[in-house]
Amino acid sequence: MLDFIILFLTVGIPLSSALLLASLGETVNQRSGVFNLGCEGIMSMGAFVGMLIPFLVGGSGKVAWYVNLSGLVAAAAVGALLGLLFGVVVIRFSAPQGIAGIGMQLFATGLAGSLYRHFIGGAQGVAGIDALPIPFLCDLPIVGKMFFSCNPMVYFAFLMVPVVHYLLFKTPWGLRVRACGTMPRAADSMGIDVSRTRYQALAFGSAMAGLAGAYLSVCYAKIFTDTLIGGRGFIAVALVYFGRWSPVGVLGGALLFSLAQALQLAVQAYGFSSFPYEFLVMLPYILVVVVLVFVGKSKHVGPAMLGKAFNREMRT
Amino acid sequence: MKNFKWIYTAGVILLAVLLTLTVAALILALLGANVLDTFWVIFCYPFTTFKNLSGVINIMTPLTIVGVGICVAYRSGIMNIGGEGQMVMGILCALLYSLSVESASLPVTLLVGILGGALWGLFPGILKSRFGVSELLSTVMFNYIAAQLYAYCLRVPLLDPAVAGGVGDPQTEKLAEGLWLPRINDLLDGLPKGTRFHTGIFVAIALAVIVYLFMWKTPAGFKMRAAGASERAARYGGISVDKYLVLAMCISGACCGLAGTVEILGVHHRGIGNCTGGYGFSGIVVALFGGLHPLGVIPAAFFFAVISYGCSALQINKIPVPSNMIDVLLGLVILVIVATKLIIANPYWMDRAQRKFTALFGRKEA
Repeated sequence: MLDFIILFLTVGIPLSSALLLASLGETVNQRSGVFNLGCEGIMSMGAFVGMLIPFLVGGSGKVAWYVNLSGLVAAAAVGALLGLLFGVVVIRFSAPQGIAGIGMQLFATGLAGSLYRHFIGGAQGVAGIDALPIPFLCDLPIVGKMFFSCNPMVYFAFLMVPVVHYLLFKTPWGLRVRACGTMPRAADSMGIDVSRTRYQALAFGSAMAGLAGAYLSVCYAKIFTDTLIGGRGFIAVALVYFGRWSPVGVLGGALLFSLAQALQLAVQAYGFSSFPYEFLVMLPYILVVVVLVFVGKSKHVGPAMLGKAFNREMRT
Repeated sequence: MKNFKWIYTAGVILLAVLLTLTVAALILALLGANVLDTFWVIFCYPFTTFKNLSGVINIMTPLTIVGVGICVAYRSGIMNIGGEGQMVMGILCALLYSLSVESASLPVTLLVGILGGALWGLFPGILKSRFGVSELLSTVMFNYIAAQLYAYCLRVPLLDPAVAGGVGDPQTEKLAEGLWLPRINDLLDGLPKGTRFHTGIFVAIALAVIVYLFMWKTPAGFKMRAAGASERAARYGGISVDKYLVLAMCISGACCGLAGTVEILGVHHRGIGNCTGGYGFSGIVVALFGGLHPLGVIPAAFFFAVISYGCSALQINKIPVPSNMIDVLLGLVILVIVATKLIIANPYWMDRAQRKFTALFGRKEA
């Protein structure tokens, strides 16, 4: 039984990192009032770009490390660019964000798939970034294997929770972002440039989504496929609601969801094969719906003007 | 200058089309393809033979039906992106019924498919109206749940004994011949053989007309549109917005379920792994492109069927562009349309454009 629990947690924690990164980014987006449903597509592009650079350049040892790092940076940069493109559509032209998000998702997912076939093609992997056990701590029994022998990006993802919390709730920029999401007109009258703040939040959030994608391709699967992201972007958006727009809540959501997924993988690995695994795959999604039902009841926690365009010239 | 609005609208649309084509051309160039050849295959090749054209019509059929469904939801103020899941549930219910009941007939199978889709629209509708769960999220989750349910049924209870235990994709047995939608070849003589052109297109067009009449000529349709146009005003006017919201999701889901059922009864004649063809998502683009009007959806669906067929034919024509290109084009078109609509509707920008226009081309009005 202990083996089972250890397996379950060692699978679950790396799974949660991609969701965590993307959801933290989406939290910042939504706090500024922009609902970015294109997260899935941005993750896809991030995954492709993050893998492309190590694939083309290669290298070994110290060089490979820098190459992989530049892949991650490029993924974040492409994510931010796509976020800004999305921003032009929903901020500059005030387009409805839900549909524009679907457009962004289709566009970026399709683009990543097309470019992948052209530049890489076939099922080719990369060496990627390997796990980095933390000295001494990784030797601890049980806990060492679960928490301190992970991929560097996993540590980074968990580190981003306090960072994003600090950014949103303890810095002037975070205050501006939250003001733009809750009452953009008041923010505007106080001299805050609502559009610019939203662009900044979008760029930051989308860069995180790009990183989340790159984590999946470079660190987790070490390969790119059309189904690599597999709906994680949409789940990341749902987790923001789940976590009530707070980084710590999002952390809880990402862990709960990934553990539900890991449970399914662990059950499969332990060969309780008589139970149809499709129902276990379904479980996390059902969980999200159930949780959304309970979260939906509580008003007055999220950004009030989420999904609403702000236009200085209009009087509404 | 009274008719400047028309000049402005036309100008913005022209710019939007040019922008879309330019971006598409840039991406194609990046992929190392000959841009003109690719455009020829995407836009013209589908018209070259009867076989190609009938392929286009077969794609147009589910696109129209889904697009009409999306229009109903959108006009009622709820955004249905669960088309995929509703199609799958429609297919699943239709298959369960037609493979287990001996005396299954075509109309009843269609009806069962419709009910399956409606059920999958009902849940997000209730979640939205009762618990305030965003439909954008719940419908996506229901898509995954439906996909898993379908995968399970295809793998275990409905699996074709012929492929059981072997390799290859799981599929169901072939449906009884009496359940197939008639093929045009069989009805009319003298057409080239070997096409899968089926009569579903008439179902699609009839549905578009019926939904148009329902939404624009009946009290219930009016109430739904009122709830969508302004929820507060509708509530003040005594319309029970929640009820019509759920109804709209049901109708929308029913359309998607029908689309799925028509697809298997017309084209595949059995349940296969990837049976929705992504129409649940591309239907959204079609609905938007058709101005969210059931009758506008018909030409929009035709247009997208052409592009979609063209993209899938790229490889046959030896153009090194993957068929994922269709997603790129669809996404691009959505982004451009939503932005263009708002640019056209913005009176301040029109004013500014008008001032520049008169400054440039000068006849001063009195």
